[in-house]
Amino acid sequence: MKTRDRSRPLRLSSSSTSINRLSLQLLQMEKGKGVMGGRKWAVDFTDNSSTLSTRDIPDPPGFTRASLDQDDSSLSRQKKDAESNWKSQKAWEVAQAPFKNLMMMGFMMWMAGNTVHLFSIGITFSALWQPLSALQGVGKVFEPYKDNKVDLLAPKLLYIALNLGGMLLGVWKLNTLGLLPTHASDWVSSLPPAHEVEFSGGGAPLHY
Amino acid sequence: MAMAIKLSLILLFFLSSSFALYEDQVGFMDWHQRYIGKVKHAVFHTQKAGRKRVVVSTEENVIASLDLRRGEIFWRHVLGANDVVDQVDIALGKYVITLSSEGSILRAWNLPDGQMVWESFLSGSKSSKALLTVPANLKVDLDSPIFVYGGGYLHAISSIDGEYLWKKDFATEGNIDVHQLILPGGSDVVHAVGVTDSSQFDTYEVDVKNGGLLKHTTASFPGGIYGEVLPVSGGRFVVLDASRSVLVLITIENGQTHLEQTHVSDLIHGSSGNTVILPSKLSGIFSLRTDSCIVFIKVTNEGKLKVMEKVDKTVVVSDALPLSEGEQAFALVEHGDGKIELSVRLVHDMSSNHLKETVKMDHERGFVHKIFINNYVRTDRSHGFRALIVMEDHSLLLLQQGEIVWTRDDGLASVIDVTTSELPVEKIGVSVAKVEHSLFEWLKGHMLKLKGTLMLATPDEVAAIQQIRLQSSEKSKMTRDHNGFRRLLILLTRAGKLYALHTGDGRVVWSTLLQSLRTTSQQKCAGLKLHQWQVPHHHALDKNPSVLVVGRCGLSLTSPSALSIVDAYTGKELQSTSPAQHSTVQVIPLPYRDSTEQQLHLLIDADKHAHLYPTTPEAADIFQRESENVYWYSVELDAGILRGYGVKKTHPSNTVDDYCFETRNLWSVVFPSESEKIIATVARKQNEVVHTQAKVIADEDVMYKYISKNMLFVATVSPKANGPIGSATPDESVLVVYLVDTVTGRILHRMTHLGSQGPVHAVLSENWVVYHYFNLRAHRYEMSVIEIYDQSRAENKDVLKLIVGKHNLTTPVSSYSRPEVTTKSQSYFFTHSVKAISVSSTAKGITSKHLLIGTIGDQVLALDKRFVDPRRSLNPTQAEKEEGLLPLTDALPIIPQSYVTHALKVEGLRGIETIPAKLESTSLVFAYGIDLFYTRIAPSKTYDSLTEDFNYALLLLTIVALVVAIFVTWVLSERKDLQDKWR
Repeated sequence: MKTRDRSRPLRLSSSSTSINRLSLQLLQMEKGKGVMGGRKWAVDFTDNSSTLSTRDIPDPPGFTRASLDQDDSSLSRQKKDAESNWKSQKAWEVAQAPFKNLMMMGFMMWMAGNTVHLFSIGITFSALWQPLSALQGVGKVFEPYKDNKVDLLAPKLLYIALNLGGMLLGVWKLNTLGLLPTHASDWVSSLPPAHEVEFSGGGAPLHY
Repeated sequence: MAMAIKLSLILLFFLSSSFALYEDQVGFMDWHQRYIGKVKHAVFHTQKAGRKRVVVSTEENVIASLDLRRGEIFWRHVLGANDVVDQVDIALGKYVITLSSEGSILRAWNLPDGQMVWESFLSGSKSSKALLTVPANLKVDLDSPIFVYGGGYLHAISSIDGEYLWKKDFATEGNIDVHQLILPGGSDVVHAVGVTDSSQFDTYEVDVKNGGLLKHTTASFPGGIYGEVLPVSGGRFVVLDASRSVLVLITIENGQTHLEQTHVSDLIHGSSGNTVILPSKLSGIFSLRTDSCIVFIKVTNEGKLKVMEKVDKTVVVSDALPLSEGEQAFALVEHGDGKIELSVRLVHDMSSNHLKETVKMDHERGFVHKIFINNYVRTDRSHGFRALIVMEDHSLLLLQQGEIVWTRDDGLASVIDVTTSELPVEKIGVSVAKVEHSLFEWLKGHMLKLKGTLMLATPDEVAAIQQIRLQSSEKSKMTRDHNGFRRLLILLTRAGKLYALHTGDGRVVWSTLLQSLRTTSQQKCAGLKLHQWQVPHHHALDKNPSVLVVGRCGLSLTSPSALSIVDAYTGKELQSTSPAQHSTVQVIPLPYRDSTEQQLHLLIDADKHAHLYPTTPEAADIFQRESENVYWYSVELDAGILRGYGVKKTHPSNTVDDYCFETRNLWSVVFPSESEKIIATVARKQNEVVHTQAKVIADEDVMYKYISKNMLFVATVSPKANGPIGSATPDESVLVVYLVDTVTGRILHRMTHLGSQGPVHAVLSENWVVYHYFNLRAHRYEMSVIEIYDQSRAENKDVLKLIVGKHNLTTPVSSYSRPEVTTKSQSYFFTHSVKAISVSSTAKGITSKHLLIGTIGDQVLALDKRFVDPRRSLNPTQAEKEEGLLPLTDALPIIPQSYVTHALKVEGLRGIETIPAKLESTSLVFAYGIDLFYTRIAPSKTYDSLTEDFNYALLLLTIVALVVAIFVTWVLSERKDLQDKWR
């Protein structure tokens, strides 16, 4: 486990119970909500990830990291495969999530109508804002499913595409509300009157 | 634009404040001042000392009852503009009798409250002098008749109910012109003294009971007469002969008329021809004014003339006032330096002053024009006198015991022209104590308001809140404010006096009687126009703004003009040319300024020469550069011709004046005199700001307005329809309106309204004109709108081209390019007849417009321009509705709440001036007539500022409460979090 998770920099776990830990982790993942959500605390003493600090210390003679992996039992390998499968599956699910959102947004926009009032403005701006914030957090959303074996590019692309679709929907709505400068009127309305070359004044003779 | 409209709609959604005024908002940003005008006649009424009042009639055709203690108006009636008051008197001690319209209307008003008691219309056969005599103690069959001479008839009218008792036709008695009606005390005979054909004196004695002619005496005087016959004492009259050098004393005794001639030069040595008998009626004495002095001449019992006294010719003499013991007194006013001397003399004892008082008098009030005196009995049974004096600036003062008791600036009832000036910038460096004090006051005020909002305030506090709102020191400060609400209104009055009024509370900041416009005995001078002369904004900031006053000395158009430049902060006359070397027929402010921000002006004289002002080489340089593009036009109303002129660059060879330019006629539009007569011309206001040239219509489409400052609206009617409504049949009357380009003389649009006639009132703004006229076929007033659009720009609709700036919308336009125009127009019925029309104006021209209509009821009605939109249709589409287009109705609605004058009346309304404030949403409105009224309007509501009564304390309190709530909930949530973690 990497120590990237800032909320829990210290992870306690005994090396001998790594399998248990994994299974525990899987269990927790099955629970669904949040990868580390249910656990109160954990201490991880060993760190078998390839951080620099461990790299500095040479491996003992006769020990290779590859053989260590190979030494893992077939069970663990299976588990790992299952995990990555699960991750990719989940990643696809996450990637498709905005679609539902899109449908709902479309429905709400249809409900809001084409006149400018508080509700339609709110809907439209949230339709614009949601995809934007989602696009900003693309990395974060797919982070839990990051795995060497899982190809996240395709789900990510789908996710981005769906969000862009949502944004387009928002822009389209903005346009139908008449809030986009797509008409000639939007460009000429602030043009001052043209300067007149000639000046003329006068009138009827002044009387008391 | 669509975005802006829609966003503003959203804003409107939030700012759903009411358009109308609440009762407690009256007087908050508006003020109203009531005037009466220059007093012509005054009748004192001190009945048993209970009500001390004076009844006056004025040159503005106002009859009013004034409080003698404070000068306030008890009641006031404004007669129509054509209903000139001839005479005023009091009958039976309870009715005010007024004779008006050349002796054809006699009215009685109840003295205490001004209710009209009766009204009689007196028919006459010819126009004549109007005379009114109300006998004091004459009873005829339990009735007290009033004798009126008007229209060639002598009428006797009951003072109780205005019934005719009898009438005597003098028109049949030859061509007599009755000058005086006299009722000798105690007799039952009315004496009518007149002149026939300027050469024969006639005296008729008429029975008061039945109008029967008792006696007729006549005497011819071949020399002819000048002026009026003045009664001196019972049976004696004086008059001047036609050469003004011989005094004729007429004595009527035993049915015989004797004439006695005396040369004026015999009485007064070295007097010249301009002799006038003054109309002051002093028994046994008359006064004569010559070029050098005023002479009092006594007529002795033997019929001899005796010079009593000579006084300076500026002395003003009152009528004689009967005192208790059969004595008579009269008052004289003499002018000193910065003071006036009032002396009261007894008619029988001219030698000594009964009373002499010296009163300090402001120079700016000029000379005394009229004096009316009244006496009262002091506690020691001696006579005290009070004098009502009318000054040159039309103000009215009451003098008593050597003091000015009160003054009324009634010159403000005759405003000719209005302009504004900004106030000085506030000096930086206000003391800390003051800031603290004002902050404390501010907080206190807002706490009170908060209490009021939360309905916790006691009635006393509610009154205090109202007081704070109305008398906020903020609004009457003498410095410029951020919103541009505080300004000086500079008013030019008919008396030639310039007033500066503060817009905050309407007080007079300064007033100046312009020396260049003072009417002298030789010539009559009067102001014509008021223009901004110098408005320092960027340069010459050390200078005060100033205004240019253009006047004329003389009655004809060719009379020399009088120019003066007046400092707008102090009222000092900076520069004055009187009389100028040329006449002034038109004043044209040019859109150019010199380096000291003086506005260039062209003054056109009667010979059509253009005179450039200011007369500096720099101004001449600027003008020479621009003169190619300067044109002017004249409207010749009598001939029915519009003429356009260009200015020649070269100096005329015959003059050495560098600032005089010759002009040449470029075009003429001649209206056929047999079918059209010009009745109205209206041009755009020169200082109007237009925000945009495009008008966005439904479906985001664009129409380009034809915005030209050189557009003139001309309305003509067929000559037969030029009279009042009803004088022509619908078939005879045709109203034709034109839009004319005044550079080229091109007629942009012409429209005919068959069966319609004037009077036409119109307003031209941006690209539209709205005009009001009478439709004879429908028997109703109508209002029409014409909007004019530029067709040559209509192609500019490609968004991409507009984005990259490839369009011709900002290139300067010339009238000679003859742009194609198209117009839209529509007509609506309008209930009221109209006295004046104006339109709101704002700083940037973004805010929508309101038409300000001065109605016949002397009120100002604000009508949204959207009601007079020619694109209105019966069933607007959804998009048009969204745009704010109203469904078409046949009549324009009059919403009672949209009267900007609310419950007040601006009597005798003549003009409505709108001035943009710095705050875009707001326009300042000043309506003037006999009364003055000022207010602020916000046609699109005050979208750019919080309202004045916004409760800051409530806002502050809410914010504090919210912050506290945030803290409390934060602490609570922290605590809960911790507990959760320890679980």
